[in-house]
Amino acid sequence: MKIAVLSGKGGTGKTFVSVNLAAAAKESTYIDCDVEEPNGRLFFKPQNIKSENVSVKIPFADQKLCTGCRKCIDFCKFNALAFIINKVIVFNDVCHSCGGCVLFCPEKALSEKDKIIGEVQSGVSENVGVITGILNTGESSGVPIIKKLLNDNPAGKGFTFIDCPPGSACIVMESIKDADYCILVAEPTLFGVHNLNMVYELVRLFKRPHAVVLNKCLEGENPAEEFCREKDIKILGKIPFDSELGILNSNALISVRENQKYRDMFSSMLQIVAKEVLHETVANS
Amino acid sequence: MKQLLILSGKGGTGKTTIASAFIKLSSARVYADCDVDAPNLHLIMNQASVPKKSGYYGMPKAHIDLNSCVHCDLCRQSCRFDAIQADIDYKVDYYACEGCGVCQAVCPAGAVSLKSALAGELMLYVNGSVFSTAELKMGSGNSGMLVTEVKKQMKSAAKDAGLSIIDGSPGIGCPVIASISGVDMVLIVAEPSISGISDMERIIKTAERFHTRIAICINKYDTNLENTKRIESFCEKFYLPCAGRIPYDSDAIVAINKGQSIVEMDCEAGRAAKAVFDKTIKLLFDASLAL
Repeated sequence: MKIAVLSGKGGTGKTFVSVNLAAAAKESTYIDCDVEEPNGRLFFKPQNIKSENVSVKIPFADQKLCTGCRKCIDFCKFNALAFIINKVIVFNDVCHSCGGCVLFCPEKALSEKDKIIGEVQSGVSENVGVITGILNTGESSGVPIIKKLLNDNPAGKGFTFIDCPPGSACIVMESIKDADYCILVAEPTLFGVHNLNMVYELVRLFKRPHAVVLNKCLEGENPAEEFCREKDIKILGKIPFDSELGILNSNALISVRENQKYRDMFSSMLQIVAKEVLHETVANS
Repeated sequence: MKQLLILSGKGGTGKTTIASAFIKLSSARVYADCDVDAPNLHLIMNQASVPKKSGYYGMPKAHIDLNSCVHCDLCRQSCRFDAIQADIDYKVDYYACEGCGVCQAVCPAGAVSLKSALAGELMLYVNGSVFSTAELKMGSGNSGMLVTEVKKQMKSAAKDAGLSIIDGSPGIGCPVIASISGVDMVLIVAEPSISGISDMERIIKTAERFHTRIAICINKYDTNLENTKRIESFCEKFYLPCAGRIPYDSDAIVAINKGQSIVEMDCEAGRAAKAVFDKTIKLLFDASLAL
């Protein structure tokens, strides 16, 4: 079963929750879809890493065949092509790789080459298969890497955890599309609630079963908890703000592997998730 | 007008907290929120006025007229974004469609058209100060284009301002790249964690491609002193000016939850933010201090 962990706001603890849930499971896969800032690997320190480049298609022109008809330039909706000093110039950074210019060049002067935008690394960390998508700096879209991550890793027998990017834009949507269940991680601030609301609407739009983990809980009122009560959203667990957890996490250590107390906390959360997913599958079949 | 952009790479390090403090502290009255995926600055910059709203249309989306469709499947085969689904009828997945127009061009029956689609909303508050912000519609792409619109809107509404402060988005992708272009300096809010350091290095690499000046400040520095020192020696090694440290302070959360910036409350984090602000402004306005 595939479980996506998302939050809207950054820094609420998506990686912390997904890494620890994956480590608490008997056997699991952890997929880091936060390709702009992939941090799960810093915790897992996976061994036996295999990497594979991810590339997109970028057009290039054979200037000898080009007659300067400008059909490609007129076609391109992204303004990725220009005709300058009798030459077709391609702006790689704005090209969306739609292939239209190549398809419609009457002289067949355009062809495509691969442009590497990042890589996928797979490795193992004890009981967890760790798969990480990494976008190269300066590249604008990680969506092709996320697509590859999810296509190449269909849900297996055990748990698969998908660590999503922040926000609620196309890149997040891509990550939750095939998830069986979504865990929303929220922090007890005004910002946290506002962004929780955004992803809450996103998972509802995609009709994904979901529940919330309240992270960094302090004494006193918790606006995120109030929000869940109001909207009748299931709360999977409350993780206290705890300086020991903070230190472990900031040193990129996996809490469930360091302290039995945290292993118990995440194991019980995992049991609830398993029950919920089973319940959803039965309800939908 | 000098433009200061606040970025971080990693989310949740305190971009909006710092940006709102800087806006309160500065006499500049021009600011923007470029985190169009998850905007939050408006929550603490209480606005008395009603914003001027305008729809943001990103790329158009393909639309298939089922009466003309001949089920030849060419559109589906040609789409690089897997945006065309063929069940009984052909249908466009609006979330996947990037509006490239290939399907329209290959359709032999003229059944495909491109229709403009609402992808978000721009908001402009003008009330003594100028505040430009926006919200992307859920699941939409083209956030970089919307960021560019937010900045354009801010600039066109601001007259003779000495300083503008722009709150950025996390990550290193298209909205971040769009926010960097044209700014005078990027202040990176780093966090003393292994993840925070890795993300800081990635955002520095991204910003350096644009030859923009960079300064660093460390938020919640006392949550891991060893990592804080690591960030400071990294800055020294690469000649990046460090604008200071801000401690973890539970009062900061109290202030934010009241809808206030941390400098409106007498707290440790607020005082430290003031010192970071003073140093940042010096760096921004005095080019000779850049290195």
